[in-house]
Amino acid sequence: MALQQPALRVSLYEGPGARKLTSQGRFESIKQLLAQGCSVRSGSPDSNNAAVLVGDFEESVSGESITQERVRVADPAFPEAIEQSRSRTNAAASGQWKPWFPVIDYDRCTNCMQCLSFCLFGVYGVDEDRKLQVQNQDNCKTNCPACSRVCPEAAILFPKYKAGPINGDLVSDADLEREKMKIDISALLGGDVYSLLRERTAKAQSRFSKERDADKALAERQKCLVKLSSIAADIPPEVLASLPKPEEIARRAEEAAAKARAAGMQS
Amino acid sequence: MSATPRILYCHCQYAQVLPKDVKEGVLQKLCEADLPFEAVADLCELSARRDPLLKEIATGGPVKIAACFPRAVKWLFSAAGAPLDASSTEICNLRVQPLEAACDALFASTVTPNLPTGKPTA
Repeated sequence: MALQQPALRVSLYEGPGARKLTSQGRFESIKQLLAQGCSVRSGSPDSNNAAVLVGDFEESVSGESITQERVRVADPAFPEAIEQSRSRTNAAASGQWKPWFPVIDYDRCTNCMQCLSFCLFGVYGVDEDRKLQVQNQDNCKTNCPACSRVCPEAAILFPKYKAGPINGDLVSDADLEREKMKIDISALLGGDVYSLLRERTAKAQSRFSKERDADKALAERQKCLVKLSSIAADIPPEVLASLPKPEEIARRAEEAAAKARAAGMQS
Repeated sequence: MSATPRILYCHCQYAQVLPKDVKEGVLQKLCEADLPFEAVADLCELSARRDPLLKEIATGGPVKIAACFPRAVKWLFSAAGAPLDASSTEICNLRVQPLEAACDALFASTVTPNLPTGKPTA
């Protein structure tokens, strides 16, 4: 999924040629438009480049100064008309993706690249200045905050997470103490998470080639990740259940390591 | 650039992290106040999409944003290439503020900047 399309912009129009809405009518209309993923401007004569004007339009509008598409709030087909406008303007579809992804607090980030090394899903990358970036937000596994758990500086936010400091709440001294105790997951696992994964993968592949038992190979990978999750916490079961094949894990690990090496932060 | 603070409201459409009574109460009050405001379905999604609206908000002068934690809002805008001006941005945190407190802050005529800078701790 490409995250390139902007949201559909709608202006709630109450100017010449339209009747003023009641506050309840305004509330209901905006709520409906927000539920459809629109960005809505209300109460302003400037329609802010809106593709669509929504309002209680009078039957005949003199002057025809309005050039945008008009949708009547009283029309029972109002939501369908908005969807048609969305298709016509190639605006982002609503609700296809829960916006769950890491956001970096650069006031705290030290560019240590632990998150980049840890993430199996290619969410992170580096820019031309070798600075850590979130590059593939839609690769992130919904409700998985695991990378924020490995960040030694509590610099990774998931704004929709339930608790602080991951949700963006201030970092407390107690949080920082926990960060110190967290240590480095890779150190806990003997130096390198991906070495462990590769080792496990190799064993699983070897076993697979001998036994041709895909279930056992899968169980082995899951056992490895369960071990990781018991240390890192918060890796949801669906992430474990949707693990890529061993070759894919190894490939992604190599890519992540190469990115980190390119950034000059990892051997 | 207008000196009157503009208002941006985030509906956090795709998660249940804002208390419903606060979220809908703020929207209801905005509609009753008959003030100009921008309402977005989900600030996180706009950030991921680098929606041009965020740059317009960030560069349009003083602004009050009804959303979530100031640290999260700050870095969501930054991630979209639309850094907020810390001296003229006030965040109303609908995750923790009661409805009345959020509305009082939102409708006050002056901006009380509260974006975090550096590494503040609680």
